[in-house]
Amino acid sequence: MSVIMEVKEQKKGLYILSVQGEVDMSSSNDVRQQLALLLNAGTAVIIVHLVRVSYMDSSGIATLVEGLQQSMKLGILFRLVELSDAVQDIFKLARLESVFSIYPTIEEAIKEV
Amino acid sequence: MSDQDEKSSDQVVITILSKTEFLKIVRRVIETYFQSQQFQADVIRQVVLAVDEACSNVIKYAYKMDGSKEIRVSLSGVSEGIKISIRDYGDKPDMDTVKPRDLNKVRPGGLGIHLIQSVMDEVTYDLSPDLGTCLMLFKRYPETGGTAP
Repeated sequence: MSVIMEVKEQKKGLYILSVQGEVDMSSSNDVRQQLALLLNAGTAVIIVHLVRVSYMDSSGIATLVEGLQQSMKLGILFRLVELSDAVQDIFKLARLESVFSIYPTIEEAIKEV
Repeated sequence: MSDQDEKSSDQVVITILSKTEFLKIVRRVIETYFQSQQFQADVIRQVVLAVDEACSNVIKYAYKMDGSKEIRVSLSGVSEGIKISIRDYGDKPDMDTVKPRDLNKVRPGGLGIHLIQSVMDEVTYDLSPDLGTCLMLFKRYPETGGTAP
């Protein structure tokens, strides 16, 4: 398994999904399934922590775009935190930096909630 | 790139089965090869991404997720840069659909071609084999730091 995920309920309805490892075609579906669980759990805020992602391909990007779009439909805040160099690379290439709400730290992502 | 460049003393060839879990093996090989050629870390990450996307496309479209087929990736240094070829033996791509998508339309999927073309200096599809396709990619040595073999 090339990706490890940890979910923490920081406070009621606010979940932090920490992703570690390589998010590629073989593992992005695991992330998609975890996000789907959170999206359908009466969640108010999903924060995806990406500092320990050593690699992300376009299937990982597609997973995050799906998460964002589903969140918008359901009225859930969807935020990304601490993008690793690998994630920043593909975000720049895909010109997605302005599409997502991106925060440098978990504290800042939570502050306004 | 000329035909004379085809044979190189530092050529690396790797053949994998078309299983998604083997993509990381290709990534490690590309990363190691480009590190040996003194490319900068950010450029190496981008080239790794481009080759990974190309192999993913082979698995998805040429082999339709059949994990029993072969993908052959070869790398060789030529005078101006690194040549990478990705050979499959599956369905040939419909070149009318091999186009980068409009990035202003935010939607999941369809990014692979854009990423490959953004990163590599040359991208050529050789559809001439009777069976399958050879995607040829080329990355120039950096103006400073890179060394021709």
